[in-house]
Amino acid sequence: MLFYGTELSSRLMLGTAQYPSPEILADAVRAAQAGVVTVSLRRESVGSRAGQAFWSLIRDLGVPVLPNTAGCHTVKEAVTTAHMAREVFETDWIKLEVIGESDTLQPDMFALVEAARILSEDGFKVFPYMTEDLVGAERLLRAGCRVLMPWGAPIGSGKGLNNVFGLRALRAHFPDVPLVVDAGIGLPSHAAQAMELGYDAVLINTAVAQSGDPARMAAAFRLAVEAGLIARAADPMEQRDMAAPSTPVLGRAVLA
Amino acid sequence: MNEEPREVTTATLAGLLDELGYGDARVATAVDGAFVPASRRASWTIDEGARIEILAPMQGG
Repeated sequence: MLFYGTELSSRLMLGTAQYPSPEILADAVRAAQAGVVTVSLRRESVGSRAGQAFWSLIRDLGVPVLPNTAGCHTVKEAVTTAHMAREVFETDWIKLEVIGESDTLQPDMFALVEAARILSEDGFKVFPYMTEDLVGAERLLRAGCRVLMPWGAPIGSGKGLNNVFGLRALRAHFPDVPLVVDAGIGLPSHAAQAMELGYDAVLINTAVAQSGDPARMAAAFRLAVEAGLIARAADPMEQRDMAAPSTPVLGRAVLA
Repeated sequence: MNEEPREVTTATLAGLLDELGYGDARVATAVDGAFVPASRRASWTIDEGARIEILAPMQGG
């Protein structure tokens, strides 16, 4: 599966925020064998070199970066932030976030489509953070997106895949579009489930960063994503409502 | 600058970054809400009261 023409080294995308220390972040990225790491832009006070140190750490890890527009609530903010990110991180990939509601951090799909259109026309390769809305997905593709990133649940909630039906519908409707579950995944089993549904990648941050041992949790997510990917390729069995004996009935002894 | 009032003597955005000590730091700039590419900072004149944002790489999800 290609993401804007690029084959990722792994289907696990990892956020870089909220780790106890830069060293633990680096350990987690290595343990995850992440195919992409997400990064952001923030104000830096004069004299503080935190941002520069962070950038040098990320560069040394040698993993492709996906900058985000986290915290943006309008088309203008998101578009401007994307331009700033393109210059700083030297990539035209952008994880486009336009937040519409503060409690759930639910994407504003209307503003998202508009920002995606503007950025796509300007040469950006947009990874839109979206709800699992089927019509919205179609509009985003029409706006120029070639990857879609529906949420599993609200950012940082760890609730897993809240609407499996909706995610499955997206997968079925857009069989050739790279799909990534972004946000809400709390456990490796959630990540495996997303991959089993046929999703092409998952993006995890809080579930790794806020665990008791981020490097170990990152390794668990790496295994879960790989397990789900292999399972999907192996064509899982259909569910059924009633039992079906797995041991052959023929040749059974009559002992009653 | 980043919502803190600053008095500077320079007239350009490039001069402002130098004067405030950003030097060769990897940052992106915006003036009054619009992105200003690095290549245009030297010729970008700052007016009194301009709102300047200077952003650096940071952790993100």
